[in-house]
Amino acid sequence: MTDSLIGTPDAVRKHAATTAARRRRKSRSALLKWRRRGLMAAYIVFVLLPIYWLLNMSFQSNTEILGGLTLWPENFTTEHYVKIFTNANWYMGYVNSITYVLMNMVISIAVALPAAYAFSRYQFIGDKHLFFWLLTNLMAPPAVFLLPYFQLYYTVGLFDTHIAVALAHCLFNIPLAVWILEGFMSSVPKEIDETAFIDGYSFPKFFVKIFIPMISSGIGVTLFFLFMFSWVELLLASTLTATNAQPIASVMTQTKGASGIDWGTLAAAGALTILPGIVVVYFVRNHIAKGFALGRT
Amino acid sequence: MNKVQNNRAWWLILPMLLLVAFSAIIPLMTVVNYSVQDVFDANTRFFTGTEWFKEMLNDPALQAAVLRQFAFSLTVLAIEVPLGIGIALIMPKRGWQASAVLILVTMPLLIPWNVVGSIWQIFTRGDIGLMGWSLRELGYGYNITASPVDAWATIILMDVWHWTPLIALLCYSGLRSIPDAYYQAARIDRASQWAVFRHIQLPKLTNVLVIGVLLRFMHSFMIYAEPFVLTGGGPGSSTTFLSQSLTTMAIGQQDLGPSAAFSLIYFLIILLVSWVFYTAIMNMQKDKKQEGA
Repeated sequence: MTDSLIGTPDAVRKHAATTAARRRRKSRSALLKWRRRGLMAAYIVFVLLPIYWLLNMSFQSNTEILGGLTLWPENFTTEHYVKIFTNANWYMGYVNSITYVLMNMVISIAVALPAAYAFSRYQFIGDKHLFFWLLTNLMAPPAVFLLPYFQLYYTVGLFDTHIAVALAHCLFNIPLAVWILEGFMSSVPKEIDETAFIDGYSFPKFFVKIFIPMISSGIGVTLFFLFMFSWVELLLASTLTATNAQPIASVMTQTKGASGIDWGTLAAAGALTILPGIVVVYFVRNHIAKGFALGRT
Repeated sequence: MNKVQNNRAWWLILPMLLLVAFSAIIPLMTVVNYSVQDVFDANTRFFTGTEWFKEMLNDPALQAAVLRQFAFSLTVLAIEVPLGIGIALIMPKRGWQASAVLILVTMPLLIPWNVVGSIWQIFTRGDIGLMGWSLRELGYGYNITASPVDAWATIILMDVWHWTPLIALLCYSGLRSIPDAYYQAARIDRASQWAVFRHIQLPKLTNVLVIGVLLRFMHSFMIYAEPFVLTGGGPGSSTTFLSQSLTTMAIGQQDLGPSAAFSLIYFLIILLVSWVFYTAIMNMQKDKKQEGA
């Protein structure tokens, strides 16, 4: 060890000075680390507080909610959840929402995969203009399309069906899927395609057997984004449906009754809409960082 | 990557094109059609030319809504972008904490927009909401149904809660792509934390920030469900944003012509701002590259 080499008083002093400096640096970096953690914790509290309050409300009876502010449910009750799960009108709202979200995910990914491949691998007449046009659809306010959609789907007889909402959400989900997938596909070297074609693979066989497995994490992340934007959009979904395909958001407006708002049920219904999102994000948690950069980092 | 010139690639695009055309071009054409006509019923309609556009552009209520919309979008961008970068910098990088924080931070993004409104409605009510009640206990007469300032502050706080995670996650993914060697070199040079941020981290973040700012601008400009649930556009019309004005006009009052003209103006504003912003950033990057060369 270095200690045995220290002999002269001068060297001892120097050694003491450097260890002190190291200790100071160490304690400063420990301080920084704790400050980081403190700030992070503060932000997490900010994120969770409104959600906690929602959960708190959902486990209280309406008399307790209106009777006075309590920081946690004092008479713990699950009556609102029971009401939601036993009333077909309520739980069908969730089933309807999930149905059209899944339909939209299947349609979007099926047509976006070949299109994204074409954009990432080939140059063709009008490719740049087409890509920009696609992105403009991402910028279209749903409110602009409200009325024409209503009329269009009414005319073709799709009003109040799941597929109507699924198709309407394609407006922004297909461009998004093409955009994300194109990034992931461009990071796969083109030599792989060429080698496969030399080996005698036909295009469909290459695409399904080799290419799709190679970008599977990209597809997972894309599906996550498709889920996210279809699940949270409600303006179009509630306009294009009446009773058969009513999304949970429209059902939730029923909590406004003659005697005021049924806060407990509203809170319980809201809390249940958070669950599917948590399940989905859990599955893609390891790829999400790359996904948010659209595969381009 | 060198791309091969091949026009047969159109066949791969075709299915997508048909679907997007069905859900974008046909409805958009309907809007254009309405915007130049005065429709009384299915058989009686008159061509009006640009009359609706002129009327909409001179409508003081709509001009006020446009200004309000810009004020809102710029405010949330000014808060969310720096805050998002800051959070990305302090998010843990590895271990179970990284996964846990990632899931927690993503959560607000996956809540349906009207539920976000409901959550904040419950949270800020003066009688039953934690935030509203606390503020009143502290002696501040907090009331979002009477005071425009309170309503604005609450909507902005809600938007920060809802959308800062998007910027944070984008930046987090940008930061993860920086090789460790860069940080080691900075440590050898005894670079300050600020210098590391300014010269290593920020340049890497430019690309994701362009995406983030564009997405945030677009979404904040289309905001509908959250303020509609929380304040209903009030008090008065102090929090009525463009989407809500448009929906009231199109669905509530069934004014087809004016609302179609308004739709097109609305869409064009978003397109124009996004395009200007995107080109400006891209030119900035080009200039930087030329300086470096």
